[in-house]
Amino acid sequence: MPIKSIRPDYRGEYKDGIEHFNGQQLLNICWEKHTMLGWPMCVPVPATLTFGQLIDNVLPGIYAIHPDFEKIDWDKVQWSTSKGPLIPNRNKSLREHELRHKAQIRFRTPELNGHNNGG
Amino acid sequence: MTKAKKLSLKQNYTMLTKGLDWEPSYQKKEDIFPQLSFEGIKIHNWDNWEDPFRLTIDAYWKYQGEKEKKLYAIIDAFQQNNGQFNVTDARYIQALKIFINAVVGLEYSAWRGFTRLGRELGDASPRIATQMQAIDEMRHATTQTHAISHYNRFFEGMGNAPYQYDHAWYLSIPKSFFDDACSAGPFEFIVAISFAFEYVLTNLVFMPWMSGAAYNGDMSTVSFGFSAQSDEARHMTLGLEVIKFLLEQDPDNVAIVQKWIDKWFWRAYRVLSLVATMMDYMLPKRVMSWDEAWTIYYEENGGALFADLARYGIKPPRNAEVTIKEKGRLSHEMWSIFYANRDVVGFPLWLPSQEEMAWFSEKYPDTFDKYYRPRFEYWQELEDLGTPYTNSTLPQLCQVCQWPCLFTEADDPTEFVHRETEFDGEIFHFCSDGCHQIFEDEPKKYIQAWLPVHQIYMGNCLLPDADPSSPDFNPMAEAIRYMGIKPGVDGGLFKDHSDAKNWEKWTERPANIHQGASTDFVRKTSSQNSK
Repeated sequence: MPIKSIRPDYRGEYKDGIEHFNGQQLLNICWEKHTMLGWPMCVPVPATLTFGQLIDNVLPGIYAIHPDFEKIDWDKVQWSTSKGPLIPNRNKSLREHELRHKAQIRFRTPELNGHNNGG
Repeated sequence: MTKAKKLSLKQNYTMLTKGLDWEPSYQKKEDIFPQLSFEGIKIHNWDNWEDPFRLTIDAYWKYQGEKEKKLYAIIDAFQQNNGQFNVTDARYIQALKIFINAVVGLEYSAWRGFTRLGRELGDASPRIATQMQAIDEMRHATTQTHAISHYNRFFEGMGNAPYQYDHAWYLSIPKSFFDDACSAGPFEFIVAISFAFEYVLTNLVFMPWMSGAAYNGDMSTVSFGFSAQSDEARHMTLGLEVIKFLLEQDPDNVAIVQKWIDKWFWRAYRVLSLVATMMDYMLPKRVMSWDEAWTIYYEENGGALFADLARYGIKPPRNAEVTIKEKGRLSHEMWSIFYANRDVVGFPLWLPSQEEMAWFSEKYPDTFDKYYRPRFEYWQELEDLGTPYTNSTLPQLCQVCQWPCLFTEADDPTEFVHRETEFDGEIFHFCSDGCHQIFEDEPKKYIQAWLPVHQIYMGNCLLPDADPSSPDFNPMAEAIRYMGIKPGVDGGLFKDHSDAKNWEKWTERPANIHQGASTDFVRKTSSQNSK
């Protein structure tokens, strides 16, 4: 049952279509185990953003304040999405990674589990 | 002239209900009450509705009038005695900001919802009962506004409650809760609000919160709390009557009612996270922990209730175990996200003091020292260095409850919850299994959610005088202004906030009893006193 409504043909208006985001898409990012700051964040980015640009330009704006961030060895980071592990290519875009509007990516830094074990 | 004999209460009530009702003759009943069938609830005999109170208009007016007289006498006395300065410290007042901006809007929405039931239900007796409750809810919104408006003369962040309720990002959490109920059918609404919220959970708001207000010297809030409490007792009884009536009318109703109990228990629990935060972090003198309150008011009282309802085939709410597993961390996770985002909320934030952390260690022996103390100590170091920890990115929100997806897995407080689904080719995220299940049951309802984070990114949260083409345009500051929050005034660090400074200037007492004075007004006084 998609909805209980008085009118059988009722459907709500979906407000968050990509066409409303001025040429960008939303990307959700979560830094696992970092409960002090790593809860999933939402950013608007172009679908043409490369994974390299994401790591170099977008992630520092979100996480640089966390003391673990500068210790990350990006070659060892484990990436995943809801579909399972993701092996990113720095030169390929979000679109080429099939990370579409409102997709979520997560990254795990196995040797770093939060400052003073505080997340 | 012969004087008419006074009616008995029962006669009076019967005349008010059955006596004023009539059987329609030129319109079909289903056309007059069009909302009674689409939810699938089957009512065979409305005469079986037993109003637990049989309140008549004259009795209602008399009781409520007396309560109002007492309440306003206390509020008057409170104001004349500058009672706002007799509370424990200025941190307590920050909790009132959540009350005025979130709870009053809920009361007003409850008035809207019950007014509709007063029109739509299928018999005069429940229509009268829900109309009376609608008036109660309006009374609560009014008395809460009057009680807290006195604080508004002295402190920031309380002057624009209805606007903030409709616009502020974190107030979309309580607002969406009630909008969900008000846009459901009448039976779902009454199960949601009268039973799942009022009967099962409202004691969690009124008991610990009002005793907390009393303990912190806020006689004004206590008075409206107790004035409202006597109405709540009636509302709770209505909630139980509704459930029993629906379950006894038809066996097919059981599954529907169970689904609503599951849904609305979870929805209400997520809203009450705000209460957890207030109880553990915002009351300078604490009454009980959220963990203790949940144990008493849900696990023990709720456990007895659901044992009683088992004879109808009703089971305890789905995901109740998750709430029990979360009780040791809920307020700490909440306070962390509020602290990190303090520049975009309507009240200033502070870190728990050593004394408070010792209390948390005692009350939360399995979680606090292990997971939360390290971060608060680290954040305190940063504050002391003058570089406090601040988050500047907007969170991913839950499509259903609209909280940031900040919650952790029931069995592991170090792992974030990730739940997502696709509907019509679009992706949706949830904070929990509870919210995910609610979405899957009615996706066409929840795809409509007005999610503040997305609205900000779309550029929809701008006041008419904002100019995105201006060189110094700051989209985040403009979005905050749109939400009724004054950038640089309402949020930030408590010790730098004008409420804290004014408190010390006006009362010559520390704004934070645990940290000591932060301005010269108190230091000067205390050194003079010691001479």
